[in-house]
Amino acid sequence: MTTQRILIALTLAASIGAAGAARAAEGTPTPPAQKWTFSGPFGKFDQGQLQRGFKIYKEVCASCHAMNLVSFRNLAEPGGPGFSVAQAAAVAAEYKIKDLDDKGEAIERNGRPADRFPSPFANDLAAAAANGGVTPPDLSTMAKARTYERGFPWFVFDIFTQFQEQGPDYIVALLTGYKEPPKGFALPAGGNYNEYFPGHVIAMPNPLSDGQVTFDDGAPQTVAQYAKDVTAFMMWAAEPHLVARKRLGFQVMIFLVVLSGLLYFTKKKVWSAVH
Amino acid sequence: MSGNSTYQPQSKVLQWFEKRLPIGGLIHSSFVAYPTPRNLNYWWTFGGILSFMLGVQIITGIVLAMHYTPHVDLAFKSVETIMRDVNYGWLLRYLHSNGASMFFIAVYIHMFRGMYYGSYKEPREVLWILGVIIYLLMMATGFLGYTLPWGQMSFWGATVITNFFSAIPGVGEAVVTWLWGGFAIGNPTLNRFYSLHYLLPFVIAGVVILHVWALHVSGQNNPAGIEPKSDRDTVPFTPYATVKDGFFMAVFCIMFAWFIFYAPNYLGHADNYIPANPAVTPAHIVPEWYYLPFYAILRAIPDKLLGVVAMFASILILAFLPWLDTSRVKSARYRPLFKQFFWLFFAVCIGLGWLGAKPAEGIYVVLSRILTFYYFAHFIIVLPLLGIFEKTKPLPNSISESVLGSKA
Repeated sequence: MTTQRILIALTLAASIGAAGAARAAEGTPTPPAQKWTFSGPFGKFDQGQLQRGFKIYKEVCASCHAMNLVSFRNLAEPGGPGFSVAQAAAVAAEYKIKDLDDKGEAIERNGRPADRFPSPFANDLAAAAANGGVTPPDLSTMAKARTYERGFPWFVFDIFTQFQEQGPDYIVALLTGYKEPPKGFALPAGGNYNEYFPGHVIAMPNPLSDGQVTFDDGAPQTVAQYAKDVTAFMMWAAEPHLVARKRLGFQVMIFLVVLSGLLYFTKKKVWSAVH
Repeated sequence: MSGNSTYQPQSKVLQWFEKRLPIGGLIHSSFVAYPTPRNLNYWWTFGGILSFMLGVQIITGIVLAMHYTPHVDLAFKSVETIMRDVNYGWLLRYLHSNGASMFFIAVYIHMFRGMYYGSYKEPREVLWILGVIIYLLMMATGFLGYTLPWGQMSFWGATVITNFFSAIPGVGEAVVTWLWGGFAIGNPTLNRFYSLHYLLPFVIAGVVILHVWALHVSGQNNPAGIEPKSDRDTVPFTPYATVKDGFFMAVFCIMFAWFIFYAPNYLGHADNYIPANPAVTPAHIVPEWYYLPFYAILRAIPDKLLGVVAMFASILILAFLPWLDTSRVKSARYRPLFKQFFWLFFAVCIGLGWLGAKPAEGIYVVLSRILTFYYFAHFIIVLPLLGIFEKTKPLPNSISESVLGSKA
């Protein structure tokens, strides 16, 4: 047993040292943890935040980034930004959608709730050509498609604390991480310096500035607020059933705990004769 | 599934049926009257849990297959459509993806339990080898399934794994082209992986039947590692094992549900939410967690062919365990030295798993080599020698004595 203990201690020591070394080598700071209303077992999206986030997405992000997996009707579905069906239809109607008429002629018609968010470019090649050779990534699953290494022992604790917000934390850090490059940093042409982007050179120019998007609910019109709101919106876009999932989860947990308890006492009763 | 059943159905209809097809007797002798050692602990409930998980994976998988499209341009979108637009599709998909991980957690506990208590020894060698075959099939199925969402890790994981075969001298490249169905991973690859991913679980189910059959011929091992001698050493499967298995299955489901509902993407990789892109290689290609120890062994060896050979050997060596372990005492309970080496081996496996997730550079490579060496040394050097030199503790006279003390 002592061999076992020494080994575990050695493994722990080695891994903590190694995790620190890896982070220092890459030179990317850990994104600061944000407070999210959708974290934890009873997490819910903040409707106001999602509506603000949608406004930022529409006015800023959508000029370059597609969000192909989300439809206008989703805006009115439970657990989301809480638009009414009529409001979602009105949002859709603001867009022109390419379609064919019944003679097969190419037309542009008004958007309908069933339409997906239209892409800003005709295709990926056109998107790349307009953006310095790189297609701006689709934002539908972005909040789940980015992460940073948690390292030991945090990745173990995360199971119990249900920390699942690496993606959103990273996106907020990235959106607020534009800085002047440090002295001696060779920034390639067309690149922008970002503290949190791996390698620090990001093609996307700083997208947000204070006062850029007008809110009518009194929320501060700052980059910090914009970054959080649009990230929450992206999290909803990536996981639209998050609220339903956590709610059902709690019900299932209660059921399973009661079932386990009943089975435990049944087991005790059955085995009492042989023990 | 052994011997003649004493089962006598009550109703006339069932009696008529039983005379023509004695399936009731088969079930009765296998899952009701079947004698199980009375000293089994909770580590013995994982066989039942594994059967349950196989059922969960097959049922959720069949329903997911109704909504999934195996095409390189549509697969990612169809999985996202399941998550967004299919009723409870998110639940089905998270059940299935986390179910795979739970399946592997259970199988690893089941295997380590077998190693600790010497469950592979006479007369259970065939039972053990069937288990190794199931494990190999599980690994193949898990890998094939991980490619289906056609995200970045799906694509690049498939690239790395299929490239193993290019290490075969002479015909390697031809074999890989044949596996891919083309000169690069593409639609034919995804289609055949989907087909095989649907097929293999039923092959697993078939081997599981053989595994259970072999189990019911030899009877279960137990923590004392001695065979039952009288009726006092055993209890009937139902109600004793049934209720115990049922209780622990429910506890296991709490952990399963925790991941599904509260951390559904914890065991996956963020890159798999990026659609597959053959032009962009991810910074670190990492397999699913359950392959990490073998991935570490692969990368520990500088030569590609030898690395692949070592990786497959590290799994296949398990099949020879009944003969590599020369000790006649089964349970680690009565083998003080083996017990220490068992935990050392366990720590080495965890260590290899951790190294498999690290980049193959610097100190990680050195550590991987040391642990890989020890992994094989455990089977080839430690186990054969222990059986010869170890002084084991005296075994109890019977299972009931080991439970109740000599007064019984």
